[in-house]
Amino acid sequence: MKQKISIPIKKSDVPEKAGGSAKYIADIEFEGMLYAKTLRSDRPRARINSIKIPELPEGYYIVDKNDIPGKNRVKMIIDDQPFFAEDVVNYIGEPILLVVGPDKEKVFEIVYKIKVYYEDIEPIFTIEEAEKEKKNPIYGDDNCFAEYEFKKGEPEKAFATLSYIVEDEYSTDYQEHIYLEPQGVVGIYENGKVTVYGAMQCPYYVKNALLQAFGWDENRIRVVQTTTGGAFGGKEEYPSLIAGHAAFAAVKTGKPVQLVFDRNEDIEVTTKRHPSSIKFKTALDENNRIIAMDVDIKIDAGANAGLSDVVLQRSMFSATGVYNIPNIRVRGKALATNKVPSGAFRGFGAPQVFFAIEMHMYHIADKVGMEPIDFKTKHILMRGDTTSTGGLLRSEVKLPEIIDTIDKMSQYREKYEKFKKKRDGLKGIGFSLFFHGCGFTGSGEKDLIKAKVKLKKKKNDKVEILVSNVDMGQGAQTALRKIVSYSLDKPIEHIIYENPDTDRVPDSGPTVASRTVMIVGGLLEKAARKLKERWNEAPELEIVERYKQPEYIRWDQKKFKGDAYPEYSWGANVVEVEIDPVTYEIKVLGIWGVYDVGVAIDEKMLRGQIEGGIIQGLGFATIEVMNIKDGKIQQDTITDYIIPTSKDFPKIEIKLIDNPYEYGPFGAKCAGELPFVGAAPALASAVQYALNVPIRKIPVTPELLLSYVNLINKPQNSKELRECLTTEHVPPLRDPEVSGTEIAELKETS
Amino acid sequence: MKKEINFVLNKKGVNITTDPLRRLLDILREDLGLKGVKEGCGEGECGSCAVIINNRIVNSCIVAVGTVEGAEIITIEGYRKTKQYKLLEDSFAEAGAVQCGFCTPGIIIAAETLLRINPEPNENAIRDAISGNLCRCTGYNMIVEGIKIASQKGKGLW
Ligand code: FES
Ligand code: FES
Repeated sequence: MKQKISIPIKKSDVPEKAGGSAKYIADIEFEGMLYAKTLRSDRPRARINSIKIPELPEGYYIVDKNDIPGKNRVKMIIDDQPFFAEDVVNYIGEPILLVVGPDKEKVFEIVYKIKVYYEDIEPIFTIEEAEKEKKNPIYGDDNCFAEYEFKKGEPEKAFATLSYIVEDEYSTDYQEHIYLEPQGVVGIYENGKVTVYGAMQCPYYVKNALLQAFGWDENRIRVVQTTTGGAFGGKEEYPSLIAGHAAFAAVKTGKPVQLVFDRNEDIEVTTKRHPSSIKFKTALDENNRIIAMDVDIKIDAGANAGLSDVVLQRSMFSATGVYNIPNIRVRGKALATNKVPSGAFRGFGAPQVFFAIEMHMYHIADKVGMEPIDFKTKHILMRGDTTSTGGLLRSEVKLPEIIDTIDKMSQYREKYEKFKKKRDGLKGIGFSLFFHGCGFTGSGEKDLIKAKVKLKKKKNDKVEILVSNVDMGQGAQTALRKIVSYSLDKPIEHIIYENPDTDRVPDSGPTVASRTVMIVGGLLEKAARKLKERWNEAPELEIVERYKQPEYIRWDQKKFKGDAYPEYSWGANVVEVEIDPVTYEIKVLGIWGVYDVGVAIDEKMLRGQIEGGIIQGLGFATIEVMNIKDGKIQQDTITDYIIPTSKDFPKIEIKLIDNPYEYGPFGAKCAGELPFVGAAPALASAVQYALNVPIRKIPVTPELLLSYVNLINKPQNSKELRECLTTEHVPPLRDPEVSGTEIAELKETS
Repeated sequence: MKKEINFVLNKKGVNITTDPLRRLLDILREDLGLKGVKEGCGEGECGSCAVIINNRIVNSCIVAVGTVEGAEIITIEGYRKTKQYKLLEDSFAEAGAVQCGFCTPGIIIAAETLLRINPEPNENAIRDAISGNLCRCTGYNMIVEGIKIASQKGKGLW
């Protein structure tokens, strides 16, 4: 049954955004504002011997490590990232100092004239090199920012007794956020107090970073979020770094200082999605049931730890997908390399492993001679089962209904059969199943975030929402206002939400992990119900609500045991493709998605999240290519790093399955990241089906496909062939021109 | 070397003396305070800086101001006063076409230039018309719908 709250309303910020009057950070001018430009390392790894600075004209300044009153480290899980490099640089683009002054062009000129004298150090570029290099590590004594292992059941025993084993290895590459508004901040210093305005997801992360960097009293630091032009995780941790820069410069110059990136700088130096390498070893019994799975995940963290530790954890907790596997071992490492730091990006480590597990399941299905959809369905998790970390699934898992619905919508089975029998061009269809763990991992909400929200009833009977969660385009302000308006029974126009200002709002936590609606919205719902009861007590009222962990959650952070997430959202995607037989370009013919996100707070906004998430996910899977060579990003402009346009993908058909979550506001669970997660494996499966070559890597580019097909047809380089097709891995080719035995022969000769 | 340049901006004459090689985008944003014209890339790829010059859509970040002598320029600030704009705004709201909004002024400009020459565009024509505008949030389908709704409701307006 459709809930009343799900009925769409118009987003209130449309007029100002469409008409161009909304003020993003680059649109705000402050009296006497100066401009800052960053001097960056052009070496992947080097010692700084000296820096030669030309004579500065009047009114121009250098701001560097000596201008930091407190600690020269950006506050994060591990404080290893300096605001400004000290004696060594660890990636191309690492900030060394700022030039600040009234005329932008002059500032740029000065930056170009500064000379840095380096002494190069042997750099570490790949995950393999990082694991090997022990003599001169970038971090600690083993280059490892985080390393974990957890188990369920008795995997060793299962592997020792079972003989049918399937092994696979997958990899994924960088993805750049390309939020359309580049990063930017303005720092101001007035009456002994620093204020930073800017595009950001987490005002209190920024505030806490500034507190550590300045070592000042709490009330001397203020952070205000400005209308933010997209973020997708890219404005989670990064703004803390540049907020520091602008703030140091403001204090030194006594003037407002603007630090806004242009697109190239943004692509070159901000965080990206972690490249990954994921290995599976899976044991089956004689009934083709998976008994044990061993997963080994390595992610490339780049030069600083950043959030890699938690990204890795989410990868690990998602590694066995939506499947019920009794014996599991998962290992993971986040490794340091001399490249731009990787960071938060929609899905936070889960998209990489969902690509891998879904392709692995497809491959096993092929090997045991089952249709992927049947093989996957046979293994799905149900209510009462336990997750890979042993957490009990308490709510109904509606995967059977999801699978059934998407099959009907897309005619998946029918097309799968049809394409198998008769080749109608190079057409293929692919299917993926996935979940997203809602909110912070384990007891993070209780132990780390401790969210607090406030509702303020004003004299004019309007109610203001005071939270630190931002609207970065996803519609948080409309969603949260809707929740309060429905809970209070007041028209939405009476509910006010303004961009968070840490001087006014309590710390309700960061705008990440799809927690804003489920956790913060849940707290606001409670506060609103209390306010409703007390409405007539006084003309002005304030209600504060603090997070309390639901009783049922059990989590052991040391052993990784229990409820890794308080709840899960679920989904399925189908993608249909046709591949050009000459150019190997992939044309997507159809996209379908079915989701259980509990209850939609607004169906239209949710659809916006789904549509945008899927297209970003398909970009990740196909055209968004980013490589780093010798520490330098090869696609460092928007001309070279291509993202989807209006002509790349067709319409999307979407259905929602209602499944209210007891502890979510109006039954809502998480929704923002989930749609990203399933797109890549569905696309890759469709391509694999169309060409019958194993897809082990994304993005799937025409060049990659051509090389696979060439290798299968006429192997020229035996090493490459082995990499692409190990004996275990080749599904029988459906292409009539090359038979299975021929392939076997090819492999023998290689 | 500075030069005097004259053009018509949002129906008003403008006379400025500046380096003719400066980007039109900077003139609009910095000298004339028109901040609705956004800079998403500075390379002519994203369309967030789109304006209408002599009835054609142009990315103002790749136009040297010296080349607009005598031209008629409309930016979102001028366009938003029209009935056509209001209809597009409402249709975009109805379709859920606006998320972060950074791309939106440019896309509204693209929609206007399309509807002027083709008031009843089909889906392909709409996709073509906005293919020079990047949007990272919406995945485009809801924008396409917004333009469709405007064209249906706007019979006779264009
Ligand atoms: S800023 Fe002009 S096209 Fe992107
Ligand atoms: S709405 Fe964010 S880029 Fe289009």
